[in-house]
Parts: sequence; C-alpha cells; structure tokens
Amino acid sequence: MGSVRRHAILDASAAVVWDFIGRPGALHEWFPITATRIEGDKRWITLPTGIVFEEDILLVDHDLRRFQYAITNNPLITNHLGTYDVVELTPSTCIVVYSTNVEPEVFALAIGAAAGEGMRFLEKKYGIPKNEGAR
Amino acid sequence: MARRILFITTDQQRFDALGCNGGTVARTPVVDSFAKEGIRYNRALPSNVVCMPSRSSMITGQHVSTHGVWMNGVTLPVDAPSIAADLWRKGFRTSLIGKAHFEPFLDPFALFTENTIATQGVETVMHKNADGTEEPHRGFEHLEFATHNAMGPLHYAQWIRANHPEGADMLYPIINRKLQVNEMGGGDTGAPQVKHNPMPREWYHTEWVADRAINWLSSQSDDDDMFCWVSFPDPHHAWDPPMSELHRVNWRDLELPAGYISDPAERERILSTKPAQWLAWYNGEFVSNFEAPAQWVPNTLTADQVREVNAMVHIENELIDEAIGRIVGVFKDRGWWNDTDVIFTTDHGEFQGDFGLLFKGPYHVDSLMRLPLVWRPAPSRVGVTTPTVVNTPVSLVSLAATFAHIAGLPQPAYVEAARLPLNDAESIELKHERVLTEWDSVLFGKIVSLRTITRGSWVCTATLPGSVHDGTDGELYNLVDDPLQHHNLWHNKEHRATRDDLLADMWDHLPERIGVRRECDAPV
Repeated sequence: MGSVRRHAILDASAAVVWDFIGRPGALHEWFPITATRIEGDKRWITLPTGIVFEEDILLVDHDLRRFQYAITNNPLITNHLGTYDVVELTPSTCIVVYSTNVEPEVFALAIGAAAGEGMRFLEKKYGIPKNEGAR
Repeated sequence: MARRILFITTDQQRFDALGCNGGTVARTPVVDSFAKEGIRYNRALPSNVVCMPSRSSMITGQHVSTHGVWMNGVTLPVDAPSIAADLWRKGFRTSLIGKAHFEPFLDPFALFTENTIATQGVETVMHKNADGTEEPHRGFEHLEFATHNAMGPLHYAQWIRANHPEGADMLYPIINRKLQVNEMGGGDTGAPQVKHNPMPREWYHTEWVADRAINWLSSQSDDDDMFCWVSFPDPHHAWDPPMSELHRVNWRDLELPAGYISDPAERERILSTKPAQWLAWYNGEFVSNFEAPAQWVPNTLTADQVREVNAMVHIENELIDEAIGRIVGVFKDRGWWNDTDVIFTTDHGEFQGDFGLLFKGPYHVDSLMRLPLVWRPAPSRVGVTTPTVVNTPVSLVSLAATFAHIAGLPQPAYVEAARLPLNDAESIELKHERVLTEWDSVLFGKIVSLRTITRGSWVCTATLPGSVHDGTDGELYNLVDDPLQHHNLWHNKEHRATRDDLLADMWDHLPERIGVRRECDAPV
C-alpha cells in the first residue's frame, strides 16, 4: 500500500476554506481535473488525460470538516482511501491535510502530485499566513 | 564561423561499454574516433546514479543538493538554471531530441511540461521570466522526446502507435500492471527485462532518435550557432534490441564480466562487508528504490542471464554508435564538422552482473559511477592538444560550464564546478580536486541516503541514518589496488586517517540543501 500526504497552511478561516472544498461536486475548481459529476454517493472525475475515475463518497462531515472517498471499479487501482481535513489553527488560519492510501502503491505518488497542485492552488487563492513564509 | 555543440548522451551505460575505454565486445568506432581526436576522461562521475538527478546536474551545473532533484520522480523546477537557456539567449539554435527526463513520466493528471509538449504536438512552450522576457522550455526551442518503450504520451510512443501500431507490443513492457519495474523474464535465459523483440530495426527508438535529430539538423542554416542534445534511451533496460541484430553478439560466447563473482559464497561474503543495503537487496529482503524490479530477487540471477543481459547491452551500444555515425555524417556533409565540438557521455552506469546484481540503486561503486565521457573539441579551435587522456576524476556537474566555455560565454554564476579540463595539468588549475555524488531515496518509509567523495585514487561513501543504516557504516576503496571494489576498508584501522580526511573534505564541500525538500511526484 502506498501512502502520501500533502498539506497547505492557509490565511483563511477553516469555515471559509471548508465552504469551498467541502463540496464533493466542486473538486475540479481546485484539483487538476477537468470535470466532476455526482450521482448520490457516487462521483466521477475526469483527468486532463481523459482518464475517468469512479469514486464512492464515503464521508462528508461538516463538523469535522473531513471528506473521504475511494476510487472504485477500477481495473488498475485495487484499493484506495482518500481523505482531506480542514483543521482550524487560529480563527483566521487553517491547515488543509490531504492523504491517500492506494494499491498499487506507485499510484500514490501520482495522486500526491495532483494533491500538491491542489494545495498550491489553495495557497494562491487564500494566501499563506505571514509567519509561514513562502514554500 | 558558427559554433556548434553536439551533445550526445546515452542512458545507463558503463565506462567499459566503449572500445576506447577498453571494451572488447561492442564495436564503437564512431565514439572511439571522438577519443582519438579529442579528450577521453578516465574517471568521470555523476552527481547521482539515477536519471533525473544526474540529468538535472548536466543542465544546471549544480549538485543534487542545490538543484533539488534528489531522486527520480522529483521535478526539476521550470525556472531552474539551464545552460541551454543561456545558449539560446546568446543566439544558439537549441534542441533536445530523445530522452530528456527532467520531469516524471507517469503523469495521469497531465502535470508535467515534457508530456504536455508531446501531447500538444508543439516544438516547445514559452515560459515568462520574472523580468517579463520569455524563453523556451529549459532553453530548448525544439523538443522531441523518447523513452524506453511505447507507453505514455511522448513523441516516440505516439509515432510508433500511429505508424506501426503492432510495434508497441513488440517492445518489452518495462512497467507491470502494478506500475512497478517489470520482473518478467525473457530471451533465452529468462533474465528480467530481456526480450527478443521482433521489431524491424527502423522502428527502434535508437533509430528514431537519430532520424529525428537528422531531420532537425537538416532544417538548420549554415550560419547559426547550434546546441543539439541527442539523447539515446539505450542501453538502459529493457534489454530488447531488434532481433535482427542478435547475430552481433552471441551471449553463449561471452565471458562473464570481471565484476561478476562466480562463487555464490564468496559473492555473499563480499557483499556482507559492505553496508547493509547491499546484501539485503541481493537477498530480496530490502528494496529501497523504484529503479529495479521490486519482485525480482538478485540472488536468483544466473551466470547465463548475466551473459545474455551483457550481450543485449553490447548490441544496443553498437546500434547507438552506428546511429551516431549517421548524425556525424550530416555534420560532415554540411561542412560543419570542423567547427563542431562533440561531447559524449551518459547519466549513470549499470551493474550488468557485477556483484551478482543488475540495474542500479544506492550502490556507489564503479559499475554505476564510472562513466564514459569523451570531448572532441572542434578541430578549428586552437590550443587543444589531442588525443589526450585525463585521469583526474571529473564530474558531470562540469558539463554546463564546459558548454558555456565552448560557446565563448563566461562561466555561469549558478554552476558549482569549473569546465572540464583539457588535460591533467589543467585539472589542478581548474580545481578539479574531488567529485561528490549523492543518493537519497524514500520508498514509502524505506529511507536510504549516501554521500560519496571520489578524490585521487580513493572513493569513500558515508551512509546517513535511515531504514537500514545508523550512520556509522560506509565504504572506502582504493581504486588502484582494488579496481573491482571488493575490499571495503571503511573499518580498517590502517586507513582510518585517510577515511576521516576524505570525509572531512566531503562535508566541507557538499552544498547544503536549499529550501524545503521537494515532493516526489512519480516513481520515475
């Protein structure tokens, strides 16, 4: 099992950030994918290469500000769990932590790369708290 | 008079691959002729023994700690220094044809520019600098990419799928369904990554790279300065040259390499005198990196498999040499040859059976570190005495400054090594006193880090604390007395002072890592 983690510390409240990324159907607005489609607890995302992932939405917890999903019915990916959390640091700052476990393990790196792009997008959108500096 | 630089690289090629370096199997008359007319470096070393970090050092002139590509899968930033960009700004026509690999291959989210350029079918893309000026991707105004197979979006893969779709499946499937380096055996002996490839020679990537380079050269004027990087994917695994060429070297006729230790007990004894990653990998107990098949256990490697792998590599090296000959022919036909500097090298070596191992990894010995490097200066340039052999250890980090020197540019401020010396005396003037080689790998919690200094006839490697090291072990070899590096002197009291002096020198000169360690975004 491959496991990766990416994070971003943002100059915005946890509530504001969660309002944006806590919508499962809006993943394409901040993640490097081209389309998102939702039907009930199912989600399909389209990658820029044309690859489509079918996903089960496992958890949307507005109290924890946690989202969990799993890629499913995929001939290559035999096991997957993706999670992201928005955690309040101060009333006006938060950290987003994205993690994924996947088999085959190598694919974790590719998902991590995409998550890293997502984190950089959020840093640009909300800014980085001054005491965190630029990475 | 135009200045032309022809930079030719192979991938994963050993020092002894070439006739001019003492190789006795593959016939390499073209590169041998460069050595006869130029400078042959007897001990050239990389900054790292896998592709992306080593290639990043070639183009940036920086050590791994500075350019930050610390393992395969870590992207060289788009705004990293590039000697090609310096040359392009100076008015050189610039191209890179073949294997670039400054960015990862596995790219389902289309994040990496090399893949995007190939997908979009454009020659290059322009990036905006901080001062508002624009320049092409890494300084190359023409890019055409190939790798070892027909998977993915790169130009060669697209070409073969479009023009010879049946050819895509003729090449060995270098990656298995778990996206790992494939352990599947083939050929006559079942050696991993070997395949009898029925593809006609004309479809093979070595020929494609030469064809595309010739096509680009044919479009150039006689008056322009030129930097042309031709980068062959071979003889890197998979070992699947076209079957039509197998007659060149019959593996059954090959002697085993000098570095192969035939007696398994002696082999294991020698491996046990080295730091723990050696024997642990040999026995399949610890796989530290993506560059070898995770499911393949080296101690299953047979002598015949070593012979067959070596035969395949020799065949691939002959094909490369003949392809280079075709490219040189264009320079001669155009009347450019007298004004052209040629540099030939590779990014890292290959075990090819040494110590009972194949592929590469955290093992800083000659198999992986001693590289072919030949500089054939333009005969029209004065002041270069050839042929010359340079015995001083030199680093591929010096290539960027060398290209600047050839182009008549001052040494770029960003480089960390002077240009290559023209002879041993100049090695001292240019302060080629030591070569530093770094290894870091993190494979889902399995961590290996090595730091190595090569100075004079000594090579000394320190292990850093990690998954199988506590930071106290290492390797020390006297390359004169022990060219095969069978006798690790690290713990030998007689050599303690030498070891400590080398280590102090190394720590004094290794650049400190700049910034936060960048993430690994793909296996390769």
